Amino acid sequence: MINFDYIRTSTAKAAVEAKAKSASSQFIAGGTNLVDLMKKGVTSPEKLIDINSLPLKQITADAKGVLIGALALNSEVAENAIIKTKYPLLAQAINAGASAQLRNMATVGGNMMQRTRCSYFYDITMPCNKREPGSGCGALQGQNRMHAVFGTSEKCIAVHPSDMCVALAALDATVHITGAKGDRKILFTDFHRLPGDTPELDNNLSTGPGGQKGELITGIHIPANSFTKFHYLKIRDRSSYAFALVSVAVALEISGNTITNAKLAMGGVAHKPWRLSAVEKFVTGKTATKETFAAAANMAMEGAAGFGQNNFKIKMGKAAVAEALLQASQKI
Amino acid sequence: MDKELLIPTSFADDRVDGVDKVTGKATYAAEHQLANMVYAVFVCSTIAKGSIKNMILADAKRAAGVLDIIYYANCPAVPGYNPYAKDPNKKGYEWRGLKVFNDNKVYSNGQPIAMVIADTMERAVHAASLVKAEYVKEESDTDFENAKADEKKLKKPGEYKRGDTDAYKKGEVSLEEEYTIPSETHNPMELHATIAAWDGDDKLTVYDKSQGPKGTQRELAQCFGLDEKNVRVVVEYVGGAFGSGLRSWPHVPAAVIAAKKVKRPVKLIVTREQMFTTVGYRPHAWQKIGISAGKDGKLTGITHHAVSITSRYEDFGEGIVNVSQFLYDCPNVNTSYRLLPLDVNTPTWMRGPGPATGCFALESALDELSYKLNIDPIELRVINHAVLHPISKLPWSTKFLKECYVLGKEKIGWQNRPTVPGSVTEDGMLVGYGMAGGVFGAGRGQASAKGILKADGTLTLQSAVSDMGPGTSTAMVTMGAQFMELPANKISFELGDTDLPNGPTQGGSGTTSAIGTAINVVCTALKQTLKEMAIANVPAFANLKPEALKYEQGIISVTDNVSINISYTDILKAANKPEIEVVKDSGRATAEAQKYAMNSFSVHFVKLHVHPVTGVIKLKQIVSAADAGKIISENTARSQMVGGAVGGIGMALTEEVNIDNRYGRYTNANFGDYHVPVNADAPPMDVVFVNKADIIISPTGAKGIGEIALVGVAPAIANAVYNATGKRIRNLPITPDKLI
Repeated sequence: MINFDYIRTSTAKAAVEAKAKSASSQFIAGGTNLVDLMKKGVTSPEKLIDINSLPLKQITADAKGVLIGALALNSEVAENAIIKTKYPLLAQAINAGASAQLRNMATVGGNMMQRTRCSYFYDITMPCNKREPGSGCGALQGQNRMHAVFGTSEKCIAVHPSDMCVALAALDATVHITGAKGDRKILFTDFHRLPGDTPELDNNLSTGPGGQKGELITGIHIPANSFTKFHYLKIRDRSSYAFALVSVAVALEISGNTITNAKLAMGGVAHKPWRLSAVEKFVTGKTATKETFAAAANMAMEGAAGFGQNNFKIKMGKAAVAEALLQASQKI
Repeated sequence: MDKELLIPTSFADDRVDGVDKVTGKATYAAEHQLANMVYAVFVCSTIAKGSIKNMILADAKRAAGVLDIIYYANCPAVPGYNPYAKDPNKKGYEWRGLKVFNDNKVYSNGQPIAMVIADTMERAVHAASLVKAEYVKEESDTDFENAKADEKKLKKPGEYKRGDTDAYKKGEVSLEEEYTIPSETHNPMELHATIAAWDGDDKLTVYDKSQGPKGTQRELAQCFGLDEKNVRVVVEYVGGAFGSGLRSWPHVPAAVIAAKKVKRPVKLIVTREQMFTTVGYRPHAWQKIGISAGKDGKLTGITHHAVSITSRYEDFGEGIVNVSQFLYDCPNVNTSYRLLPLDVNTPTWMRGPGPATGCFALESALDELSYKLNIDPIELRVINHAVLHPISKLPWSTKFLKECYVLGKEKIGWQNRPTVPGSVTEDGMLVGYGMAGGVFGAGRGQASAKGILKADGTLTLQSAVSDMGPGTSTAMVTMGAQFMELPANKISFELGDTDLPNGPTQGGSGTTSAIGTAINVVCTALKQTLKEMAIANVPAFANLKPEALKYEQGIISVTDNVSINISYTDILKAANKPEIEVVKDSGRATAEAQKYAMNSFSVHFVKLHVHPVTGVIKLKQIVSAADAGKIISENTARSQMVGGAVGGIGMALTEEVNIDNRYGRYTNANFGDYHVPVNADAPPMDVVFVNKADIIISPTGAKGIGEIALVGVAPAIANAVYNATGKRIRNLPITPDKLI
């Protein structure tokens, strides 16, 4: 057996203190990804810090927005009355992910922390810079149908697999974090990283050694909004339990037939949820027509580059952005 | 929960083993617990070709609970691996698959190269992860696309020709196209597993996931030089197999070897990942079809070539091009079939083996031809309906293919099919209808069955077959009830043990007709015995001849005077016998096959939606119409057809084994990345049976269902996709990227 310590903590403070003491320890919540990674030998933490008893399950709303505890289950968030009525885009994105069984176990924080599903990352006999820095990227010239077309580096072309995070990126969410040196907030769009030269880092939580080791996500804040039109479009190889080939989260405000506010993000195309800020600016003030959406779709995929098997994602991305905008605009 | 709610009171239409299966009472191969049992776990190669220079075992040997590590250097001799080492001219049995641990050669990535045996499963898994190998690596070739056109690399199993070669080239209306399917794995829910237990040096008991207990018994007896009667194979329940259990894979002898070496019962479970690399799969195949017809639609030529992959150590071929030789009436047909050996593990039969692949090409080509001819695809098939088998010129025992067209056409609403592809939308989605035919061989194989009729009124039927899911026990109980004219609740069927009379391997859609016939003969013999016993033991029947008596619903009476009668239980009591038993054979349909061609037929109809922008396919309805002879058990027959259609959905839309040719290694060897269809992919499905008995094949009237349930589904879907979009996809699976 690969032995590891297992402790349960009941406060965030105790959890981050425990993590700071042990370099290779990891928090465990639903465990839907971490346990797989441990079984496959991808990761072997010397200590698991169970955070399920932490009081971070609440979903609380006020005039400024909603705060979702990091330990709220994916299924609870998707079924929550506030989320369903005020932030339906998030509910739709969560329900597009994984399977009902996984959503019943997985937490919001865990969803953000899940690792890529790149097959080279999972197969410890294969090269992978994310798993073993310096070993090379197996996907670059290999099986890369599922891989990124934006923000890639020669070191890594993996994608972040989450659906939920795509909606959170679009909705201007903020990540609440606590650590040994206190609390801080990061814009959701700044939470995940591009691979660059350090693909082993998925996000901007501090890992030390000099920094603030042992940071823990405590919650996600989504600012109140007045979007009435939204759509989460996910294109995948089967109807459930399949990761996105391409996905698009769209939220719109339309006055008359003019788009007055727009938020867009894509999934399945980059190492992080891919926010389409330029497209948002472009469509704002334009009439909601198919022509506008087609132009927006072209703009969305500008700069995308495939690696062979995933070249189709550029065309599919355009189709998905145009279709998601259309679907959102037609929502009553 | 209230027991009354859980267990139905009548089993007339239900699976006789259904309650055991859904309540967890059913015991599958890996679930058996034997005293003193230990656990073996495979270590698999991480290269595709080469040899092992050195095994690094020190860490694994030190790991807790490890009893032994077996690999090529310390593996006990297996008699069946090299039976003719001393006399190479001798011919006979030799283990035909990978000879696991026989030498240091690596033939494919993921090949078992060592086996760790430990006192618990978990400890064995961990220790196996500590075993490392040093290899002498050789350049491997797994690239089918690259190699398939290289004649030098191909083996040539078969050619067929009638009439003119390549007649399609001169046809009035013709086309020539290429089709590919990727490798597909069976991946049943239940993992393959074997428990082996030796009793001394010459007796062996094995619990195995197998479609043929007798076949496994024979293989193991020969492989380990044992008397067949000293090898007992138990296969009580099987959680799906689809062909993967038709032969023994390396884990079966491995478990036996392990048990021998550690002198304790050993359980070996193949992991999900190892299911891809040690158990077979439907082979990656390329096909080219040239086909032509006159303007009247009459076919004038079919040319069908196919290449499929096999391993370096074993040839596996299947009848991919055969469907073009006989499914339709065509004067000029030539076919060829080649094998391409690559550095992969051996493929094998998977549901509808041969025709499933062949019909994808032929039925796609016919559909394409129908548009060129401007003839309805069903009409085109009717025009070319073969009345006599085109090769043998024999009539079919029964052939109700035309009836399938009529039944399915109405149920799917074929009149709503757009005649111009891509011209009709519903709710913003493009609408498409498609159909395609399926076929598989029928017949009556050899099987034995025993009937034990007891004084308490029950009849126990036995045969050493296994039931991988089609509902064999249910069908046998139903037939026993019919043949013996007794209520179904008096009948039971025992299977899955080589101590029972010789049953066939469950495959090729032949179980019902073979064992059903043996049961029919058993029941006839039991009735005759009852008559003779009545005459010998019951005064009222004394001095009568058996021919003067009749048997009806458990009662023997005098034909001319039915007031003289006695029940079968009273006969047994009068004879003072607690039970009587007979063993009978089905007898092969060899003589019948001289006079008749024998096949089951299906026609699948599909309605689907395709999103015009994103290419996402949504199946709306599947109708499967089948000529499978008499339907013995309506519910289980329907379930088989539905399950086959779901398999066809996977073949058409989602399933594909991916391999990185640089490493010769699969990259999606798990259930997350290898996409078996989910419930949400399956539309409402209708099944319609012609339900006409084929009494030439067997007295059961049944032909077969398992294969025709899947054969033809994939082309029906591909044809519907064309009808919806005008895009003809000839390489499966049809994923959204192929439609944008």
